[in-house]
Amino acid sequence: MTLSRRKFLINSSLLGCSAAASPLFTPLTLAAAPGDNRLVVIILRGAMDGLDVVRPYGEPDYARYRPTLSQDEGAQDLDGFFALNSTLAPLMPLWQAKELAFVQAVSTPYRDKRSHFDGQDLLETGSNSRSGETTAGKTGWLNRALSLLPDAQTETAYSVGPSRMLLLDGENDYSAWSPGVDLTLSPQTRELLKRIYAADPLFETSALMALEISAKTDMMETGGRRGSAKVLAKFAAERLNEETRIASFSINGWDSHNNQRGTLNRALGELGEAILALKAGLGSNWQRTTVLAITEFGRTVAENGTSGTDHGTGGAMVMAGGAINGGQVFGQWPGLGELDLYQNRDLEPTSDVRRYLGWALRDLFGMEASALGSTVFPGLDMGDNVGIIA
Amino acid sequence: MPSPAEITQAARFEYGIKPNQSRFSGGLLAQLDGPDPLDLSIPVLRTDERMQRLVGVRELRGMRGQDQEAFKAAQRELRQLAAKDMVSLLARAVENPRGFRERIFAFWIDHFSVTPQQANSSYMLAAYFEDAIRPHISTRFADMLKAVVGHPSMLLYLGQNVSVGPNSQIGQRREKGLNENLAREVLELHTLGVDGSYTQEDVRQFAELLTGLTIGRNGVDFAPNRAEPGPETILGRSYGGGRPRAQDIEDFLEDLAMMPETARHLAGKLVVHFIGPAPQPQLVEAMAGAYLASGGEMRALYEVLIDSAAARADVFPKVRPPFEYMVTVLRALGFSADDILSVGGKEARALQSALTAMGQRPFQPNGPDGWPEEAESWINPPQLAARISWVGQLTHTYANDRDPRALLEALLGDTAPEFLSFAVSGAESKWEGLSLLLVSPALMRR
Repeated sequence: MTLSRRKFLINSSLLGCSAAASPLFTPLTLAAAPGDNRLVVIILRGAMDGLDVVRPYGEPDYARYRPTLSQDEGAQDLDGFFALNSTLAPLMPLWQAKELAFVQAVSTPYRDKRSHFDGQDLLETGSNSRSGETTAGKTGWLNRALSLLPDAQTETAYSVGPSRMLLLDGENDYSAWSPGVDLTLSPQTRELLKRIYAADPLFETSALMALEISAKTDMMETGGRRGSAKVLAKFAAERLNEETRIASFSINGWDSHNNQRGTLNRALGELGEAILALKAGLGSNWQRTTVLAITEFGRTVAENGTSGTDHGTGGAMVMAGGAINGGQVFGQWPGLGELDLYQNRDLEPTSDVRRYLGWALRDLFGMEASALGSTVFPGLDMGDNVGIIA
Repeated sequence: MPSPAEITQAARFEYGIKPNQSRFSGGLLAQLDGPDPLDLSIPVLRTDERMQRLVGVRELRGMRGQDQEAFKAAQRELRQLAAKDMVSLLARAVENPRGFRERIFAFWIDHFSVTPQQANSSYMLAAYFEDAIRPHISTRFADMLKAVVGHPSMLLYLGQNVSVGPNSQIGQRREKGLNENLAREVLELHTLGVDGSYTQEDVRQFAELLTGLTIGRNGVDFAPNRAEPGPETILGRSYGGGRPRAQDIEDFLEDLAMMPETARHLAGKLVVHFIGPAPQPQLVEAMAGAYLASGGEMRALYEVLIDSAAARADVFPKVRPPFEYMVTVLRALGFSADDILSVGGKEARALQSALTAMGQRPFQPNGPDGWPEEAESWINPPQLAARISWVGQLTHTYANDRDPRALLEALLGDTAPEFLSFAVSGAESKWEGLSLLLVSPALMRR
């Protein structure tokens, strides 16, 4: 789309029709939302160390590989083999209520280059590429999944936070907002604003959505530090209590090469608070909610010389919500013996994380496994149901 | 009133019109000539001085008792320095009548992106910009490349300081190894481009050549006992082989800068940044050809770009990213460097969180590939709302007495679209009229 500043008037008359046809011009319809189930996808950017979060303390080699990192006095036993990092101890009541679960030793198909940006692109596009190659015009798997929701509206899926999320980018309409952004305008200014953007679709689409969302959300009351995961989660819960069924946001800061204890505590603290804020905000809808927190890859099994870990392969996924089959650690544990490791350094991934995402979509929204394999995760073998949804 | 050609030039190649400042006389290229008076009036603490301060803070940290207070005070001072740096960069871009010079500087900062991973490196960032980038924006590209690869910020960011030749003295003794990060990004992002004809083996050989390059107590240092012995063959040519020395690395960077793939990669990026997506192949070829013929002068790239028909077209497919937009708005409202330099810590933090809300944490791109170029990456509902909201606060607080119609004429002259004139004069108050003008696509697109 290119626009000439001096040709705005001409453009504006030409664009009149298509703009009027935009779903954004008509108020959101009262059509039935696609079911009652809710899905929240959290992208953990920077590669979460799954072995420090869901700690295989029953594995004899664990302490040997991680002389300092394996120490965690407040770690909470989960099942006699795995223990939960002490920073997430506030989530233990959820574990006991079977509203918290994990998958160990999962990954995307991405191998060997261990680049954050390729790894995240792959995680969000759901691509089958091992090398991390992505093609132009890439779209997010969660956006493509909207094509399989017959009643999807603009409000059905929400990207929460200031940055564009590739996960939700694509041909299907979705909403985007960041709590704490204030757009208090007089009615007159709102009308004039629409007028100055009318000739430029990029601005017009965003402005109309911003005006609509800001009119019905409480701008200043964010209930926490602006931009924190807790605030994003609280906002997501508010939307999910209305017409929204799918929400997504990011938590950054997992890249723990140095002083992992400090880095991970901060990021895990954000994740824990976000999950608790979702539960609190969703009220009775929590029972129909599934939260999936995924990361681009895991980290090295051995700790490095700077009390941290480096980019690895197999990692963990965190799940929460009343809709899940919680209280267990899913996945096939590959072991930490020397021959068990991937390239002598990483946790061997024993399953594709997309299988868990795919089965969650099927069980929550009734999407056909065959359609998921062609549209959402092309090239993925879904295999048997992984059984994460109750 | 600026002419349409001046408006186009200020939009595409500069930070927009500053109505209370006379335009730089002379062409865009002339803006790059000679010293910039702002080097003196907005000085920046340089790399060496900052290294010394960091060393001092580290020494204080090791001490016990009363010196803990001194350590905390020194740390606080460094934190304040980093916040002040951002304000200085903003002030300079707002003030400089040589807008092209500032935009070119910003382009290369992004090309050689460094995102501080820890507090220490954020104190170095502004010095990296001033020492590795600013002096070289109009030299040979090889000079900038060498300066960047020789700066502690880049070495720290891409882990070169921990890379050790496996067969070097230190490598043998401590079982340490290579880190390929810097080698890979120099080839993929800084020179040949991801489609360049290099292999994994070239990356590895280049990483071996880079060993020895590390950060010592006083800055970047070459430590032969960390360097992989023996010659390295990269892209078909052999480098080093004698006693390891930094010169071998420089020799390779010189050759790398003169590769046709590097020339095309740089030309393509400049066109995408200043003109728009899908660069015309003829323009890229002409720029690359001029660059190679000049012996690798960046000025040759700029000259062909500026003289192209695409540079004058009044089609504006790009959107100013948040920092650039902030500079443009502050210039439009007539702010001076002193106005901006005098902001307090609270206001500086407000500017930072405004930029973050617009989608651009200041000077912290997500990776070494820098910020996105696509217009769509910068305009979504929350980002646009954050722009509108920041402008509203600014005009309400600082420009309540300005006539929006006069500013419209000063900024857009005859190019102002009729609906914008209508909206600006139809607003209920002056500040709302100013806001509508400043948030219009005419001020955001370029």
